[in-house]
Amino acid sequence: MSLQVVTANRLDDGLAVFMTADDGWSTDIGDAVCATDATQAEVLLARANTAAQQVTVVGAYLIDVAKVDGALVPTKYREVLRTLGPSVRTDLGYQAG
Amino acid sequence: MYRYDDFDRQLLAERTEQFRDQVARRISGELTEDQFKPLRLMNGVYLQLHAYMLRVAVPYGTMNGEQMRKLGYIARKYDKGYGHFTTRQNIQYNWPKLNEIPDALKDLAQVEMHAIQTSGNCIRNTTTDQYAGAAADEIEDPRPYCELIRQWSTFHPEFTYLPRKFKIAVTGSPNDRAAVRVHDIGLRMHKNDAGETGFEVIVGGGLGRTPFVGKTVRDFIGKNDLFSYLEAILRVYNRFGRRDNKYKARIKILVHEVGIDDIRVQVEEEWAKIKDGSLRVRDEEIAQYIAQFAPPAFEQVPDNDPEFERRKQAHPDFSAWVRSNVIAHKQPGYAIANISLKPIGGIPGDATAEQMELVGDLADQYSFGDVRVTHEQNLVLPHVKKADLFALWAELNSALLATANLGFVTDIIACPGLDYCALATARSIPLSQRISERFGDLERQYDIGELKIKISGCINACGHHHVGHIGILGLDKRGKEFYQITLGGDASQDAAIGKIAGAGFSEVEVVDAIEALITRYIDIRIVGERFIDTYRRVGMDPFKEVLYGDR
Repeated sequence: MSLQVVTANRLDDGLAVFMTADDGWSTDIGDAVCATDATQAEVLLARANTAAQQVTVVGAYLIDVAKVDGALVPTKYREVLRTLGPSVRTDLGYQAG
Repeated sequence: MYRYDDFDRQLLAERTEQFRDQVARRISGELTEDQFKPLRLMNGVYLQLHAYMLRVAVPYGTMNGEQMRKLGYIARKYDKGYGHFTTRQNIQYNWPKLNEIPDALKDLAQVEMHAIQTSGNCIRNTTTDQYAGAAADEIEDPRPYCELIRQWSTFHPEFTYLPRKFKIAVTGSPNDRAAVRVHDIGLRMHKNDAGETGFEVIVGGGLGRTPFVGKTVRDFIGKNDLFSYLEAILRVYNRFGRRDNKYKARIKILVHEVGIDDIRVQVEEEWAKIKDGSLRVRDEEIAQYIAQFAPPAFEQVPDNDPEFERRKQAHPDFSAWVRSNVIAHKQPGYAIANISLKPIGGIPGDATAEQMELVGDLADQYSFGDVRVTHEQNLVLPHVKKADLFALWAELNSALLATANLGFVTDIIACPGLDYCALATARSIPLSQRISERFGDLERQYDIGELKIKISGCINACGHHHVGHIGILGLDKRGKEFYQITLGGDASQDAAIGKIAGAGFSEVEVVDAIEALITRYIDIRIVGERFIDTYRRVGMDPFKEVLYGDR
């Protein structure tokens, strides 16, 4: 199976975030912790869905990612957009820097 | 326009504080997301791809200048300096922070605005003709009835948990600009044989994954009986509408499965029980609401203004804008000015904070403080003196708001699509931008004539693609965006659902496909025919041929 990371939206401002190795959340998918098999993915998702996480993020789910030139990139375009921002407003979102 | 009474103000203030408390409890962890989600949706708060989205109601698309300026203020203070006007005559903001939304709602309440009825399975914000009270072809201003519907439906205890959302649209004109035949209930004002004004009641229209043109449940209902009749329809729907399957829960499915004749029997039976009750609205009450929407103090001026004519001669750009964006008013010497939110290559329906503030000021200066939002994602100043049109145009032009394309090929409806929406399967906006750029030349647009292109980024059809003369539906095919074309749709009094032309096109191919369709239309049209007229005359085959050849 392909690599997977956990993504969600942050509760307070709604921004797309990715779960890190210490069960925190980053706006940079490059900081995300990767699962390499289904068992690991299940464990990650469970860690993202604890009661404590409920006050930090909303709607955690797994996405497929690939390593492209050493960087993590989602395989689905929808998720690529979430790592960047609207393609029609490149001045907004994470892509704006 | 309608001004709030003390009851309205108290209702709104209490609602805002309730939501503030709900947000605080969610952030503290007292409420789970499952508990909070229905509450936030009842206050217009969605969670989208990149952030929360706040949808603010513009009841029946009518605002005053101060309200418009406040929308600009909200865009600047709580968002990223812009907003997006929607096909339900509302506005949505794409980046508000959850913990700031209660403050935004409090600011909106100061100008009698809110986000109620913009989400959830309730009766949504009622829509109507954007030219209400101004149109030369109008029987009567529909807004007093829209306001009565708003008051009847807001927090209606029986209809807060309907099987699914419920949308009502009203037209006061025989030329339907409110798409009433593709709503859950459409009301078409007309006169009966006795010369009384009332409404044809159309039910079960809708778009989405199962589109239908609505059917007439009653040809004429008098004004006094309208609200009890609506209540009867909603009761039948609330009782028999399907709750087992979200995709079959709209009233259109009930009407389709049960049949309009049986629905009519049920509604009439229910209505017989309640028609003489408290929902019968007396003439005096209706008169009070009509008075709230009394025409502004028009000056008595000649219909033709010589200076206006001279300006048109001297300024071709102004003349083009008048030709496409200015519409006849019922008052001599006045006109309806449409403000296109479709600049060539721009994002349909988007407006910056500065643009909204300017339009609010221009409404005060030139249109008796009256501004409208259209379901085609444009704005309208409904009451402009012809003598003021040039000055108005000059100000709009300096703010990139004077695109002269109303009703033409670049005046495209597009949903937010995959650029913002969590439900979308493909992007809509970039495609609308590319079509707009391809056909941006004004002479070419005028040669093509009226052509309504409507683009949805998923099967839910928020971009109304089913009723586009050319409709485009964006889908996901094995991870790639591809676009299905429908032809022959129509949202007007001649409502029709478009037919799928054939296999879809890739993102790269689709603009060429649209151009091929338009070229074929130009080749085969008879003088005076619009695209839709030619399609109706010749059918699908000549268009299929240019799209697919022998395929």
